[in-house]
Amino acid sequence: MADEVILLDFWPSVFGIRARIALREKGVEFEYREENLRDKSPLLLQMNPVHKKIPVLIHNGKPVCESMNVVQYIDEVWSDRNPFLPSGPYQRSQARFWVDFIDTKLLKPADNLWQTKGEEQEIAKKEYIEALKILETELGDKPYFGGDTFGFVDIAMIGYYSWFEASEKLANFSIEPECPILMAAAKRCLQRESVVKSLPDSEKILAFAFKIRKIYCV
Amino acid sequence: MAEKEEVKLLGIWASPFNRRIEMALKLKGIPYDYVEEKLLDKSPLLLELNPIHKKVPVLVHNGKTILESLVILEYIDEAWPHNPILSQDPYERSKARFFAKLIDEQIFDAGFVSMARADEKEALVEKTRELIMHLEKELVGKDFFGGKSVGFLDFVAGSMIPFCLERGWEGMGLEVITEEKFPEFKRWVKNMEKIEIVKECIPPREKHIEHMNFMVQRVRSA
Repeated sequence: MADEVILLDFWPSVFGIRARIALREKGVEFEYREENLRDKSPLLLQMNPVHKKIPVLIHNGKPVCESMNVVQYIDEVWSDRNPFLPSGPYQRSQARFWVDFIDTKLLKPADNLWQTKGEEQEIAKKEYIEALKILETELGDKPYFGGDTFGFVDIAMIGYYSWFEASEKLANFSIEPECPILMAAAKRCLQRESVVKSLPDSEKILAFAFKIRKIYCV
Repeated sequence: MAEKEEVKLLGIWASPFNRRIEMALKLKGIPYDYVEEKLLDKSPLLLELNPIHKKVPVLVHNGKTILESLVILEYIDEAWPHNPILSQDPYERSKARFFAKLIDEQIFDAGFVSMARADEKEALVEKTRELIMHLEKELVGKDFFGGKSVGFLDFVAGSMIPFCLERGWEGMGLEVITEEKFPEFKRWVKNMEKIEIVKECIPPREKHIEHMNFMVQRVRSA
C-alpha cells in the first residue's frame, strides 16, 4: 500500500526544516504544502487544533505535530534505514536531552535576537552565545552530535545553523570567533544533500529576517 | 547476566516531575535509592550531576546520569522494557509525547500562574480549562490515557493535574475542572486513585495543599 505523506510547513521555519530533512534522510516521498501563517488552511486548523502551528506531518490521514515529535515519528516508522537515534537507551536519552536543551535554552535568545533591540538584544546575544558554547562543548571533536553519523540532535540544530548568518547581521555580532568548532559542524551539515534540498536560499532567509524584524521593532 | 543495578533518584517531595518517575520505577518494580533535595539549598551532588539546569529529577543508573523528566521516562521504558509504559505504535507514541509536552509546558504554565496572579486569575483559569479539554477528548472510551492500563501519559498528567495543580486550586477555593464539563477527566482521576502505584507515589494530600499555598504566597510576594 502506498504511503500518503503530506507536510504542512512554512519555508523559513527552523522547525519545519527539521521535518523536511528527516523525510529526505529516509528517502520518503512527500507532498510539501506551504502554509500562509496569516491565513491558515482549514486542513492545518483541523490537523493541529491545539496549537494551529506548522510543521504538521499527515501520514495516511493521521496528523503528527511538534517538530521533534515528527522527527521521532519518522525515525520510528521508517526504522529500516538511516536511524536518527543511537540504539542504546543511555545514548538515546542524551540525544533527547540535548534536543530539549536546544528547544528551551537556545530558542528564546535566538528569537530575541530579531525581536528586540538595545539592552534586551545585548542580553539575547549573550544568552545565545552561552547556549551555543555549551552545545559546542557537547559536540567536542565528534563530526556530529551523535558521533560518526548525522542524527537527531544535528537535525534539531539545522534550522539554527541556517539562521546563523541572518542572526549575525540582525544583531551585529560574529559567531565563528566564539564557537569555531560548532561553526565548522554547521558548515558540514549545511552541505548535506537532504539539507541542501530542504534549505531555503540564504538570501531569502536574510530578506525574511529583516522583514519580520521591522514588524517587531522599529 | 545479572549485574547489580544501582538506581538513584534525586528529587523534591512535592515535585510532579519527580512523582511521575517514581510511578514508572514502581510499575517496573525497579528498586531505587531516593535522595530528597531542598529547592533553596541544592546539594553539591545535584549541582554536579545537573550543572546546566540545576533541577530535579535526576536519575542515576549504574553511574550514568539522565535528566529531564520526560527523557527519564523514555529511558526507563527502554532500559527496562518489561511492563511498557509507551505503546509500540509510532502514532500512539507521538500522541503521548505531544500531550506530555502540552501538560508540562502550556498547562503547567497557565495552571501555576493562575494561582500566582490574582489579577489574571479568570483568564488563566479559562485558558487552563481550554487546554485540559484536549485531554478530556483523548479519554473518551478509555480507562486510562494508555488504554486499558496506566502508562506514560497517565503518569505525566496524573502527577501534574489531579495530584498537583488541583491541590493548589483547592487550597485557593477554586474549582477549575468540573464534573459537568469534564466527565471523562473526572472518571479517569477516579480510576487513577484506585491504582496502587499511583497511590504510593503521590504527595500526601494535606501537606501538599499547604505546600502549594505556601509556594503561591511566596511567588505573589516576590
